[in-house]
Amino acid sequence: MSAPATAAKPPRERVADWPLADRVGYGLCWAAGGLLCVIAGAIVLYILVQGLQYLRPELLFSRPEVSLDQSESGGFLDPLLGTFMITSIGVVIAGIIGVSVAVWLTEYGRPAGLARAVDSAVEVVAGTPSIVLAIFGLLIFQSSGLGFLSFTAEGGGVFGRSFIAAGTMMSLIALPLVVGATREALSTIPRHVREASYALGKTRAATIWRVLLPAARPGIATGLALGMGRIAGDTAIVVILLGAAGQITPQGDVAPFNVLRGTGSTLTSYVYNNSPAGEGNAPQKAYAAAFVLLLIVIALNFVVDLVARGRRGGVQWIR
Amino acid sequence: MDPLSPPPPRRRIRADLPATIAEGNGSAPALGGRRAPEPRTRPPRPYGPERMRVDGLTVSYAGKVAVGGVTLPVRSGEVLALIGPSGCGKTTLLRSLNRLVELTPTASRSGRIVLDDSDVDELDVTRLRRRVAMVFQQPNPFPMSIFDNVAYALREQGSKRPRSAELAEPVREALERAGLWDEVADDLGRPALRLSGGQQQRLCIARAIAPGPDVLLLDEPCSALDPRSTTVIEQLILTLAQSLAVVIVTHNLQQAMRIADHVGFMYLGELVEYGPADEVFNAPRDERTRDYVAGAFG
Repeated sequence: MSAPATAAKPPRERVADWPLADRVGYGLCWAAGGLLCVIAGAIVLYILVQGLQYLRPELLFSRPEVSLDQSESGGFLDPLLGTFMITSIGVVIAGIIGVSVAVWLTEYGRPAGLARAVDSAVEVVAGTPSIVLAIFGLLIFQSSGLGFLSFTAEGGGVFGRSFIAAGTMMSLIALPLVVGATREALSTIPRHVREASYALGKTRAATIWRVLLPAARPGIATGLALGMGRIAGDTAIVVILLGAAGQITPQGDVAPFNVLRGTGSTLTSYVYNNSPAGEGNAPQKAYAAAFVLLLIVIALNFVVDLVARGRRGGVQWIR
Repeated sequence: MDPLSPPPPRRRIRADLPATIAEGNGSAPALGGRRAPEPRTRPPRPYGPERMRVDGLTVSYAGKVAVGGVTLPVRSGEVLALIGPSGCGKTTLLRSLNRLVELTPTASRSGRIVLDDSDVDELDVTRLRRRVAMVFQQPNPFPMSIFDNVAYALREQGSKRPRSAELAEPVREALERAGLWDEVADDLGRPALRLSGGQQQRLCIARAIAPGPDVLLLDEPCSALDPRSTTVIEQLILTLAQSLAVVIVTHNLQQAMRIADHVGFMYLGELVEYGPADEVFNAPRDERTRDYVAGAFG
């Protein structure tokens, strides 16, 4: 590696001089990166072309109707609202629980055995497929004690499907992302910043509330936005726990609780139902809805990027 | 490396030379001129009343002794400098005074520390830390506005009361005492972390003195700062020391000479020598002190 003493600068390394195996590996890395770009580009381009071709403003503002005739089966207003509702419910629950768990893990974390257990639990939840979460959710929300959270039939059978049920299970999808991002943000705050607050006579709780959480805000926001993207994109839980029933169908008459107790659908289930694989078989509308869904998720990822960049360029302590 | 080997000799900066030396020999101002390298400590001042007393303090981390049997007084109206090589227990001693050392799970402590006749262990730790304030090595303003940094120190725990309007006057006073007011008065809503390092450290001092402490602990407050900010902070420390007791840990012997009234030299957890700055620097009684302060004379 050291050049002869006479050379003014070290000779430039050239790929052509590498051993064959290294050159092959290098080429494969290039190819893999390029392929990924092509795939991502193809998805966006294909859905863009197809979606824009069929997207009409009225689709966004009309409710889906049950009809074999595509000109009468309406738009996807309800699924769009459903996506926003499910995402909001899920991210609020995941935010509260996730931030609390992360704070406990980084700031207390004792006894150590319990902390390890919590850590593993978060990983188990992160690794559980959403269809399994959905089935598990059905088990919980069909229990008669929770009948008030969904539709209860006259014989006392609990339906177990509602915005509350689906939103709650959706929160488990976002939870590990929120916990991870919050933990990382908290652990990058230097120890002496915490000590400075204790040295002012502040308690641990006041320090967490007034110093640590505000400092971790960009990290928390990143976790929440990532979680929202995951929730908006999930189908299994919607099909099993929300009914995927086209229109939002309230249960009971106490607004807005009746909507939360009721069933509905999201863009993902709408795409599924209208794809050639589903019952509706209206691919044009599926493409239009898929396009809108893609826009929402890309926008969320964009927000993540913005927040993360703001964090890097923003406040930093002298080390 | 021998922990006792003195730090490399440094030229003393011009700013702290007496005016006569700095400007006096106009005929030969060239560098390397025969300037007597004689150390200059502050002229002795009358001691203030004793504020704190450390009596037989021993602190160990997981059984390893960091501070062993230290006894020393902390007097109001003076600057007490703790000097010594890295890892000698200076910072542990300092952190014992406001019981911050308790945050380290492995730490155990024995011996008495008294603040105005009451044992610090019997005081509520929140109260104690408002009376014995501390400034750290790295400037560490909180990620909030300049105003809120000082207001946070004045408020009850996590509460937002008293409200900002009621705190305007005390916040201003603290910033004025820390010599920062003129630089930030036009925009107190600015994020504190946008200030320069020296300004951040003065904000941390403002935050520490806002609740009106009796003792101010400083843990190498200038080590992350440039010489100019250091000079400003040192002047500030001297001003503050007129009204409260200041304890400063420093690696910088010149700094200790410039600002200290009393000096404690620590080595391997032991308080080797304690006395007026003039004596410790010019006529140390212990050989270890002599070796260590020799670095101050270049």
